[in-house]
Amino acid sequence: MAFEKMKLKEIEVWDGNMAASHAMRQVQIDVVSAYPITPSTPIVENYSKFLADGYIEGEFMMVESEHAAMSGCIGASAAGGRVATATSAQGLALMMETLYQASGMRLPIVLNIVNRALAAPLNVNGDHSDMYLTRDSGWIHFDAYNPQHVYDLNFIAFKVAEDHDVRLPAIVSQDGFMTSHTAQGVRTLDDDTAYNFVGEFKPMNDMLDLDHPVTHGVQTEEDWHFEHKARQHNDLMTKVFPKIEEAFDAFEKLTGRRYNIVETYHMDDAEVAIVCMGTSVETAAEVAKELRENEGIKAGVIGIRVLRPWPYKQLQEVVKNLKAVATLDRSSPNGAPGMLFNEISGVVINLDKRPVINNYIYGLGGRDLTKVHVAEVFRDLKANADAGKLTTPTQQFIGVRGPKLSYL
Amino acid sequence: MSMENTGWDGFEIGAMLRSFDGPAKDIALTKQEDRNYSKNNSFTASVADWRIIKPVFNKDYCIDCQFCWVYCPDISIISRDKKMLGVDYDHCKGCGICVEVCPTNPKSLLMFPEQKDTEEAIAEWPEKEKKEK
Repeated sequence: MAFEKMKLKEIEVWDGNMAASHAMRQVQIDVVSAYPITPSTPIVENYSKFLADGYIEGEFMMVESEHAAMSGCIGASAAGGRVATATSAQGLALMMETLYQASGMRLPIVLNIVNRALAAPLNVNGDHSDMYLTRDSGWIHFDAYNPQHVYDLNFIAFKVAEDHDVRLPAIVSQDGFMTSHTAQGVRTLDDDTAYNFVGEFKPMNDMLDLDHPVTHGVQTEEDWHFEHKARQHNDLMTKVFPKIEEAFDAFEKLTGRRYNIVETYHMDDAEVAIVCMGTSVETAAEVAKELRENEGIKAGVIGIRVLRPWPYKQLQEVVKNLKAVATLDRSSPNGAPGMLFNEISGVVINLDKRPVINNYIYGLGGRDLTKVHVAEVFRDLKANADAGKLTTPTQQFIGVRGPKLSYL
Repeated sequence: MSMENTGWDGFEIGAMLRSFDGPAKDIALTKQEDRNYSKNNSFTASVADWRIIKPVFNKDYCIDCQFCWVYCPDISIISRDKKMLGVDYDHCKGCGICVEVCPTNPKSLLMFPEQKDTEEAIAEWPEKEKKEK
């Protein structure tokens, strides 16, 4: 079936959802299997409009749930096609079982997650509790801070995931509403350039290769299962970062836009730093610059660009000379320190010299993280750095009403 | 790729298993016994050890209608050139559908306990049922 190319302006005004839809259109996906859910709904809505208007050749499957959506993606991917979908929150939670199937079967599916709080209470706004569910699921995970990143990281996600040395599914996450529904200028690639960057889909052990029939999704008990899981972990730990670096380099060569596994802002001579994800990275970077000018705090920001595989060694290089680090988790850990606190603590634990680390829980259910909040965190960090030890409780909540909440 | 000696450290990614050693050309026209099934294909494995009742085939009454072959959910009816040959006991789960669909009188397939000797079963075969008017 023929399809039309779309002519894009050099800069389009797109929100994160539209950016994802266009990237999905441009890479010429074979099958999108989806069940729309706020705030990711417009991704598949836009995509199906492109399809109806003749700009897409592939199949669009409307299914009865997110579990079925990812199951459809798994079947289509095993059959030997380029496959993607999108979801949020409750949908992602329902999809969880199949995420492990996709990664265990080494199927290079791309999933756009538009972050949203998990009920109850029901809430459609952005926080990271949904994407935190996927941490151990064996997917590669890219985090976008704005619509431009969503657009660019989708191409990189397909390129890395589909590489035959990798063959692992990849998530591109963006903040619900703050990124997904906030229109900004996005620098575009023309259809041919975008498609050629990712390249033609190269099937591997596809079920539609009728001369070489294969069984996907087999059962392995105690004599094989462990080795399969160990190999999957090994490939995540050793094979993915070189391919991501390659893709980031190639993308920079093509567009001039540079991505890094760990993004750093004002970090060259920083003594204190905030580690965070999503839109908060940009807010924090602005505040760091202002506090440097106004209060002389040597503040920096570390943005997690790749959450999985976890950039342990790369982060060691970035944090080793810091005096104090704040880890900002936009998800209620429900009875523990936050994920970024635990994982950053793991990064520094065996260094000779390590920073004081504390943890902030913020922004649940779409609550704004303001520049005032971030400035307060930096002032805490300055006090910790000066004292050489924690001057605050290990974990604090910011931006929540009522008496100050702090633990540990 | 041959899976002949695939051990724990020889598998391919994704716990993907190959049905055949080498390409499978014209597989639909190749009889099962002539296909190059790999060791990982269940054709070469017994997957029927939980069966407690089994269909016994009595060729004296069979009209080779192929109903059992068509309806068997596990491809366990062995038929060649439209002649019914018997049951593949390495794969038959004992569901009894073949007996249910058998149109002859008496039936050419009947269920017996798993441990029943086939010759004994055939000796006990029922007579033709008279139609009641």
